[in-house]
Amino acid sequence: MTASDTFERLKARFGERVISVTLEAKDPWILVEPAAIAEVCAYVRDDAELRCDALSNLSGVDYKNEGWIELVYHLYSYEHRHFVILKVRTPRDAAEVPTVERVWKAANWLEREIYDLLGVVFTGHSDLRRLLMPEDWIGYPLRKDFVEPEEYHGISTRRESLLR
Amino acid sequence: MALINSFPEMVLTTKADAFLNWTRKSSVWWMLFGLACCAIELMQTQGPRADVDRFGAAPRASPRQSDLMVVAGTLTLKMALRTKVLYEQMPEPRYVISMGACASCGGLFHLAYSVCDGVDKVIPVDVYVPGCPPRPEALTEGILKLQEKMMTENWLVRRAAAGARLDAGGAA
Repeated sequence: MTASDTFERLKARFGERVISVTLEAKDPWILVEPAAIAEVCAYVRDDAELRCDALSNLSGVDYKNEGWIELVYHLYSYEHRHFVILKVRTPRDAAEVPTVERVWKAANWLEREIYDLLGVVFTGHSDLRRLLMPEDWIGYPLRKDFVEPEEYHGISTRRESLLR
Repeated sequence: MALINSFPEMVLTTKADAFLNWTRKSSVWWMLFGLACCAIELMQTQGPRADVDRFGAAPRASPRQSDLMVVAGTLTLKMALRTKVLYEQMPEPRYVISMGACASCGGLFHLAYSVCDGVDKVIPVDVYVPGCPPRPEALTEGILKLQEKMMTENWLVRRAAAGARLDAGGAA
């Protein structure tokens, strides 16, 4: 199923909550309203024509100038051998998206990673803790305006650059 | 032949410190923990080709039984705190080899937000082994260098001096 077919199908089912499709990209993607993402994902998984049984990847991008954080859902169907790529935009200062953990269990750690590095809160997540950084870490390192702290528990993070 | 035959009856004289150092350097047990790709080379060093067992160096599973900590790989800030705890669990005298560029100064990742730029910011280091990662021969050289260092130490003299200070009412 092509991306435009998928878009039509989702549009018919969810109406205004599926916003747009971008076909000229190398991997065509569909923009979805954040509040609807869990329902859309459940539909994409269960629909006989789409049947995306695998969450290949869930990643986040910080668009500082635009003021939003974009989440990218790479969904794959082993039955139909096609990808569906969904995107969601959430404001940087109040980044909050419903979890898709109940749709694909694999989302648990992927969402924790995004929470850890970009500070997106996944509502309804069963165990939203930092995944990679220390639990007492302050700030979200992959945000464009992240400033590295001077020290961490007395360990200085500064060292003369080796490149100079 | 005469010398070998008389060996059981021979008496060797040496300083107690030198003898203790000789026994210590002949059984450098290192703590088995690896942090990144250097750990693969660490395993090779212990394997049959480099075989540091011939110098008495062997891995131990517990810091309580170890003399040496080989920090093999990229030290993240999260791991740095744990590494310090592990170091403090080792009985004295204890030694640290910083293996590879990452453990020595952060290496390739020294600009990363999550990496501790050198294990010497957390615990004292005796021998730095450069490389990315160092070959097993290089780490073997590092262990031999450490053995040289061990042979120069005077633990009994130091202890006696500390005891004398205690007797005189000072801090150890």
